[in-house]
Amino acid sequence: MRVRGSVALLAALLGLSMVAAVGLGPVDIPFADVWRIVFGAPDAPAGPLAVIVRDIRLPRVLLGAIVGAGLAVTGAVLQGVLRNPLADPYLIGASSGASLGAVLALMSGLSWLLPLAAFAGAMATFTVVLLLARNGGRLGVTRLILSGVAVAALAEAATNFIVLNAPDSQLRSALFWTLGGLSGTQWSDLPVPALVVVFFVVWFRLRSAGLNALVLGEEGATSLGVEVNRLRTRLVVGSAITVGAVVSVSGGIGFVALMVPHAVRMVAGGDNRWVVPLSALAGGLLMVWVDVGARLLNQPDEIPIGVITALLGAPFFLVLLARANRRALS
Amino acid sequence: MSLSLEIEDVAWAPVLHDITLSVAPGEILGLIGPNGSGKSSLLRCVYRRRRPDRGRILVDGLNVWTAGAGEVARRVAVVTQDSPADLENSVEQIVALGRVPYLGGLGRLTRADHDLVDDAMDRCEVRALARRPYALLSGGERQRVHLARALVQQPGLLLLDEPTNHLDLRHQVELLRLVRSLRVTVVAALHDLQLAGAACDRLAVLDGGRLVADGPPAKVVTTGLLAEVYGVAAEVTHGPDGLPRINLPLTR
Repeated sequence: MRVRGSVALLAALLGLSMVAAVGLGPVDIPFADVWRIVFGAPDAPAGPLAVIVRDIRLPRVLLGAIVGAGLAVTGAVLQGVLRNPLADPYLIGASSGASLGAVLALMSGLSWLLPLAAFAGAMATFTVVLLLARNGGRLGVTRLILSGVAVAALAEAATNFIVLNAPDSQLRSALFWTLGGLSGTQWSDLPVPALVVVFFVVWFRLRSAGLNALVLGEEGATSLGVEVNRLRTRLVVGSAITVGAVVSVSGGIGFVALMVPHAVRMVAGGDNRWVVPLSALAGGLLMVWVDVGARLLNQPDEIPIGVITALLGAPFFLVLLARANRRALS
Repeated sequence: MSLSLEIEDVAWAPVLHDITLSVAPGEILGLIGPNGSGKSSLLRCVYRRRRPDRGRILVDGLNVWTAGAGEVARRVAVVTQDSPADLENSVEQIVALGRVPYLGGLGRLTRADHDLVDDAMDRCEVRALARRPYALLSGGERQRVHLARALVQQPGLLLLDEPTNHLDLRHQVELLRLVRSLRVTVVAALHDLQLAGAACDRLAVLDGGRLVADGPPAKVVTTGLLAEVYGVAAEVTHGPDGLPRINLPLTR
């Protein structure tokens, strides 16, 4: 089947891209050398090249794939749950909350706490959004979107205020964090987001038949035996945890969660049983290459990843909007 | 396979009051009554959308509000009057959603599932539209797609809420004829009394959330009932088939 083939194709492409991406950076390392170092071949080059590959590039590329997969899969799920094509992690307040938590930790000199503070920030803002969105025990989609937008705006305002008042020495790292980036990734950054993303991709996949039924609205999905309120709440909470775990190590990276699921649907159709795994793979693939761009395009400096994804994402967003308008008018 | 439905003393304030109604297996019951009389709400109580304040609802002896949602969805299918219109999904995907109550965790459709989907699309005359996006269909086509989706659920009880709403005359007749041929128990909220009389074995009349009449169409649809419940002065005659014919004088 065509769709099943594209899962295999994307997985293979992601694997190859990761090896290629490890070789690309300020110091070019040939593909064959990377391959030999990564897979521990006996004739692998030793010395500084091996250190760059093993301790700098490899964790960074792996984290890129994990972050991209996590963001894209939550975008796919949230767009389905909220039945809104523009839904993404920013819309439930999680991303902005993470930025706020991280900036607060940076400013109070607790930078070692940073991932934890970012995750806590994401969960805190999301909880506020969820409480505001619940109405008599039911999770209203419109209420969720509206309260998400409001809480996100509030958190962003607070973040910006703190960043503006930051001492110059910390301004750069704070700004870089709010724009997202993978530089300085260490092996110890990987296990938590990796476990969370893998777990939730599988978990979302197991609920994707119910997610499909949500297209029929509350009424229709209920008549198909879907406990709509429970499913929505679980999927939104799962999305928030995934986003929190991911942005706590990468910072806020916009547009990936928005773009990737739409691109996947254009190619593979709207069936979430495929959209969920394909979005994860495609998100990982996109992020690996965007991070290569971040390393290479502005040497010797790095470009924050969020800047590149916004450069790619904004035009994509406009095309999407134009298509939506055309459909509304036709 | 057709299942019985027992509605016992169901109330849902402020819309439904003390409704007791039983439908035998294979029977086709029409729910009629003015706007806001509680027809849709009563159906919603049956398909687990609105939990009644009190009373019990049993489908083939199974209490729908204590059973699992999936268990109920394998017995009861619903076609509602308003479905989202902006779906990008293809007709075939929408119809296949009828298998959701039967799917395992991976959500894979078997060969038999696909056959059911094809068969239902044939019966509802939407097979030719299978690959079309649902958003591009007409109101009548959408209604038939939803009926096909409901058939794929293999229900023993089919609930229809204004199923003929968007349909032209031919498709109204065909839809009700198809429904009659299914050999399942049907409860349909209908507006058109003449059509209801022709399609249903029995009519139950709701007014202000109470059951005010219940019986065969010829007995229920009378000049007196139309005056009392709908507030119209109509003339009811009976055709050679014994079914009611309603004449509405618009000029006084």
